Amino acid sequence: MLAYISIFITAVFVNNIVFAQFLGICPFMGVSKKMSSAVGMGAAVAFVMTIATAVTWLLYNYVLMPFGLDFMQTIAFILVIAALVQMLEIILKKVTPSLYKALGVFLPLITTNCAVLGVAISVVQKDFDLLMSVTYALSTAIGFAMALGIFAGIRTRLELVDVPAPLRGTPIALISAGILAMAFMGFAGIHIG
Amino acid sequence: MKYLDIIYNGLVRENPVFVLLLGMCPTLGTTGSALSGMSMGLATASVLVCSNMSVSAIKSFVPPAVRIPVYIVVIATFVSVLQLLLAAYMPALNATLGIFIPLIVVNCILLGRAEAFASRHGVVASACDGIGIGLGFTFGLTLLGALREFLGTGRVFDIVVYPESFGSLIFVLAPGAFIALGLLIGLFNYIKSR
Amino acid sequence: MLLVLTVVCVGSGALLAWVFRVTEKPIAEAAAQTRIRAISGVLPHYDNDPLADCVIVVPVSGGEPMKVYPAKVGEELTGVAVESYSTGGFSGRIEVMVGFDTRGILIDYYVMSHSETPGLGAKMDTWFRSEVASRSVIGRDPGASRFKVSKDGGDIDGITAATITSRAFLDAVRRAHDVVFDDNVLKPLAP
Repeated sequence: MLAYISIFITAVFVNNIVFAQFLGICPFMGVSKKMSSAVGMGAAVAFVMTIATAVTWLLYNYVLMPFGLDFMQTIAFILVIAALVQMLEIILKKVTPSLYKALGVFLPLITTNCAVLGVAISVVQKDFDLLMSVTYALSTAIGFAMALGIFAGIRTRLELVDVPAPLRGTPIALISAGILAMAFMGFAGIHIG
Repeated sequence: MKYLDIIYNGLVRENPVFVLLLGMCPTLGTTGSALSGMSMGLATASVLVCSNMSVSAIKSFVPPAVRIPVYIVVIATFVSVLQLLLAAYMPALNATLGIFIPLIVVNCILLGRAEAFASRHGVVASACDGIGIGLGFTFGLTLLGALREFLGTGRVFDIVVYPESFGSLIFVLAPGAFIALGLLIGLFNYIKSR
Repeated sequence: MLLVLTVVCVGSGALLAWVFRVTEKPIAEAAAQTRIRAISGVLPHYDNDPLADCVIVVPVSGGEPMKVYPAKVGEELTGVAVESYSTGGFSGRIEVMVGFDTRGILIDYYVMSHSETPGLGAKMDTWFRSEVASRSVIGRDPGASRFKVSKDGGDIDGITAATITSRAFLDAVRRAHDVVFDDNVLKPLAP
């Protein structure tokens, strides 16, 4: 149990995917302008990341490894993730139109979200078992959603601030993200178990 | 002349780091030093040139409906080849860049150029576009890496400029990546607006 | 449509399989090379193949099994290299190759992998072999009770502003020492 709590705390705070691992920066900068879209994107990533990690873990350990095909890892993972996103889109549309309405627009963007592929590759590198991998993926996604939510809050305020012209938009957003990353450094070195 | 123009376009006018703001994950994640930034840039550039040329060569056989999956397979193939070559002949570099090498697959620059340029132009022009954009990316990453290394450790490409104890380490760490990139883009904007 | 997809996939699979075949050996060699460099850097003179003579030791006191590489001249044991680790690093696992002579005196060490903060904890690869005697672990006996950072009442000055890393590093070194010299694996190594 402690191991899972440790994975959770590490993935959400200590080794936050955005602020410490630099993954998923594009959606982090792209959809953090409004709180509502940040929440939607966060939920969509959590959904896809958890399922994609479980599927790629099974694929790696039961197909690629036994047949000595682990050099096909990158190609297999990205195709699986792309196909999975498409399938999820179709299934969601049919089964729960309300959820589709909320998350639908973000799904196509997720295929090229490096955080999803990044997490799928890391759990293989870290030799996690299936349950640990899923815990790690879900916690990472929660960390991502949290970062996105906090940052959306900051950016709505940034709109109202008088910023020097060359720094308006992305530059000041990046600098704010840097200060936020400093705050997250305070979590570094926390150990559980 | 036309080909030189394409290269110049990628290097300056459509610089992926400072103007298009694409591929930010490796931009932030691998620029702890000028050398690792440059290596990442060159790795990405080599994949981009290969994928651009292949996409351009097969463009007339590929039906529009399966365009994107085919491009993804092409890009992923070259990334895997690069990954194997690095692991075999440059293991130290492979360890430094780590997960960012397989993640070249999801770098929006590659799919973006395949879709926006290579699928509409000839092989040579696509190669030039790959070189231009690739060098532009390399230039951006090297500059950011050099700035972070300089401010953080007082060195550039491992050459000591001033004593390390005067450096502000934060620029080598995660927050410094965001701040340095923000300042550099701001500087680019300022120069452009004058 | 399906035909194109199949052709592309088969083509890419074939290309990859070929590159994999070509690079398979160099990759394995590169990995072995790193280990050989680490071992040869921390061992005294030897004429055997430590990699081939490697024994895996399960520590009596618990913990992961560890690899011990003996160095021999002829049949006589001159020292051992131990691939040790610590999980107490500031940001994760630290792996160190540590070399000892037969009395348990530390000859040298080599940091194989870590993810400590650059500029702080990452300095451990040079800090503990510094010319400053109070920092250096070389020539010390990690079995001694004062083999600790000075903050914990020991003899060794830890890295400035990276005490956690320093503790973890010394922990890995001591673990290497203990696995060989407490668990009595030396005897079977020297017939």
